[in-house]
Amino acid sequence: MTTPLLQVDQLSKNFGGVAAVSKVSFALEAGQIVGLIGPNGAGKTTLVNLMTGVLRPSGGSVRFNGLDVTDQRPYQASRRGLARTFQIVQPFPQMTVLENVLAGALFAGPAKTRDEAMVQALDCLEFVGLADLAQRSAVSLTLPSRKRLELAKSLAMQPKVLLLDEVNAGLNSAEIVDAIELIRKIAARGITIMLIEHLMKVVFSLCDRLLVLHHGELIAQGEPQAVANDPKVIEAYLGSKFAAKMADQQAYLSEVNHV
Amino acid sequence: MNSLRSGLMWFVPLTVLLALTPFISNNYIVQQATFVCMYATLALSWNFMGGYTGYPSFSTSAFIGLGAYAGAILQNGGVPMVLAWVIATGVTGLFAACLGYAILRMKGHYFAIGSISIVEILRLIAASWSSFTGGGEGLNLPIFRGGPEYAGMVFLYAFLVLMLVAVLATVLVDRSRLGFGLRCIEQNEDAADMVGVNVNASKIAAFVLSAIFCGTAGAMSASWVSYISPPDAFSIVMTLKVPVMAMLGGAGTMFGPVFGALVFVVIEQSVLSRFLDYNQAILGLIIVFLIFFLPGGLLRSTLFKQFKQRILTKDPQESKP
Amino acid sequence: MDTYIQVLTNGLMLGALYACIAVGFSLVWGVLNIINMMHGSLIILGGYLTYFAWLHLKINPLFMLLIVPPLLFLLGYLLQFVMINRVVARPVLTTLTLTFGLDMILYNLMNVVFEATPRRITMDIGSVSFMDVVLPGDRLLAMVLALALTGILYGVMRTSRTGRAIVAVRMDRDAAALMGIRINRVYAVTFAISAMMAGACGVLMAVTFPVTTNITGLLLGKAFVVCVLGGLGSVPGALIGGLALGLIESLSGNWWGPQNAVLTGSVLMIVLLMTRPTGLLGKAGYE
Repeated sequence: MTTPLLQVDQLSKNFGGVAAVSKVSFALEAGQIVGLIGPNGAGKTTLVNLMTGVLRPSGGSVRFNGLDVTDQRPYQASRRGLARTFQIVQPFPQMTVLENVLAGALFAGPAKTRDEAMVQALDCLEFVGLADLAQRSAVSLTLPSRKRLELAKSLAMQPKVLLLDEVNAGLNSAEIVDAIELIRKIAARGITIMLIEHLMKVVFSLCDRLLVLHHGELIAQGEPQAVANDPKVIEAYLGSKFAAKMADQQAYLSEVNHV
Repeated sequence: MNSLRSGLMWFVPLTVLLALTPFISNNYIVQQATFVCMYATLALSWNFMGGYTGYPSFSTSAFIGLGAYAGAILQNGGVPMVLAWVIATGVTGLFAACLGYAILRMKGHYFAIGSISIVEILRLIAASWSSFTGGGEGLNLPIFRGGPEYAGMVFLYAFLVLMLVAVLATVLVDRSRLGFGLRCIEQNEDAADMVGVNVNASKIAAFVLSAIFCGTAGAMSASWVSYISPPDAFSIVMTLKVPVMAMLGGAGTMFGPVFGALVFVVIEQSVLSRFLDYNQAILGLIIVFLIFFLPGGLLRSTLFKQFKQRILTKDPQESKP
Repeated sequence: MDTYIQVLTNGLMLGALYACIAVGFSLVWGVLNIINMMHGSLIILGGYLTYFAWLHLKINPLFMLLIVPPLLFLLGYLLQFVMINRVVARPVLTTLTLTFGLDMILYNLMNVVFEATPRRITMDIGSVSFMDVVLPGDRLLAMVLALALTGILYGVMRTSRTGRAIVAVRMDRDAAALMGIRINRVYAVTFAISAMMAGACGVLMAVTFPVTTNITGLLLGKAFVVCVLGGLGSVPGALIGGLALGLIESLSGNWWGPQNAVLTGSVLMIVLLMTRPTGLLGKAGYE
């Protein structure tokens, strides 16, 4: 059995008495696309923040490539190959698109010189389809382009694991289709991806595995179809009354079928 | 790089001119030239923190004063002058590293206040620790031998060399990874962290850079004037003047602070010396003018850009398409 | 060595004055996100106006409480309108330097017009003695008035429409704008109120301390410390911060000598800034 690329063990975070994330454990194997879903406020972004060092855990541990990285700072996570995008895009406003991506390549990528980093940066811009906007200022981009910039920046860091936080928020259906394609291309490059998503169609079309978070706890994990039918998940999203009704219906149906 | 070239185009002649002042004019002009070099050094130092990193630092006088006192105490203890300057620089750098570790976690207004408070606190300490620092009476230093003309020349060249070192440091940082990282921090500190910039180390590096040359300048000043006292060494007016000079020329540019220092000395000599009673009000007016009409500094103003265009297109080496 | 009660009472009397010094400054910082470096000079301006009215026109200083504050209200409104409003959205360095520059102008002009020699209003109110504690009449009067003014301000802020608009802007500027509050107006009024309180404080100071431009920096420093101690933009915060600072200075002056009292306050402020920048009351300040 190979060591998982990313191992999260009993990870918790308390904010003054409120448990935002509570004893979450899971593992990411190389080459997977894993979806992290859950109702609003479930703690998904907090979990990503804990994994990348933006927040200090109150308990538990994170291991990346076998190394204990629980106490790391964000820049260390990036340099080690654990990159993430932000839900609300965070560019360097007074720099060009190219300079933004160059930053990722220069500081977290393997490039040793500025020229090498520049080559990397151009390559990543090419990959996401922003090559002709390279000299534009980052703030002048439309929202879908800004999301691509964010992706290009994180790709320039040559990550092994990429955590995408609601990369489709604010995009229309056509733009989402493009985004799904792009994510597939990234996975094809060998990068392990964890996707925080609300949109079920994205999750179902891309993910090998799903993790479901609710009130900070991991309530289910497994293949998408199985998770979708898991009563706990249904209860989390639709409420206990509905879940009970569904359970009754299922029980009735299975009785009827047995007769 | 374009900005390096255009900057050197006026900086090199200026340096040569300043260096020649002992031979082409009187002691008074030499003194003014020395001030230009000193102010330029201070403004360039501030630029690392306030210009590149975007942290509103008002601690310049803390470093000047610390360097002055360190240098004075060492010289009074028998250490030769130049060695005292070097050690004072090191002391200031060490202090900045420790201080930076503490106050660089603050941002914006809090950082600004923290940095001014350091000036005040150091001044209070210098004023009350009489056994070590001479207290409110101040400290005398051994007077430099050789007569006023010789001394004038020596200190001019000392400050000129210091200014050149500061310019060199600025250019090196500007082109380096550190410079790029500082600019990222200025624009979005969290994003900089995520992109792999070691934010803490970078900020402390910038802070130390903003301190060391001020420390040297302080020690040199102390030797030049042969007397220091708490309010002069830890002057609030100076700690405000320096950022203004840098902003006047253009904060965040390589040569802006030098230009700003030059303009400032010219203004100080022509206007301020005639209206001694209104010095502070005039400084205030300069600031108001700067903020409202020159937000990016002189070197970024549209007037200057037009000027540059005209000068550069007259260049015979320019190939026309 | 004074008795403990005397030290504490001194601290409270001083503290009430500190609260009054700081409350306007705190409001501007909390609501406009601007540090007004002119604050100390505005206080002294109020003090000078009071002194010279007393000296030349024989007007009772307490009566000046009705004249100086409105005058400074107008000055503040004007300053905000002409200057400060243009830079409200700019970075800290810009606004701080601007108010620093404006302060230099004000300070210089006051020095030229009024001269920096300390001026003292002598009022024979005597003193009150109560249980081993001596309360000098003028200080006691100043303290009572300071508390009264602060209290009135608090009342006005809580009940009047303008006051509540100010509090709303302090809490969440964008939401307030969406509710239809005219932000620029609120800014102008806040700044004007701040100047007014500074003026009122100046009147009180003229009664208890020598008035001189030499102490403008000192007053500003007190205002800073009170804001860090008590949190930004709230009247109760300024009150608690002021009283706390007064007590700390009085106690540390008693234990370690008067010259170290100020140093203690400054060091405490730095320590707080490093560890708990939101102040003792925990209200998040603007960065």
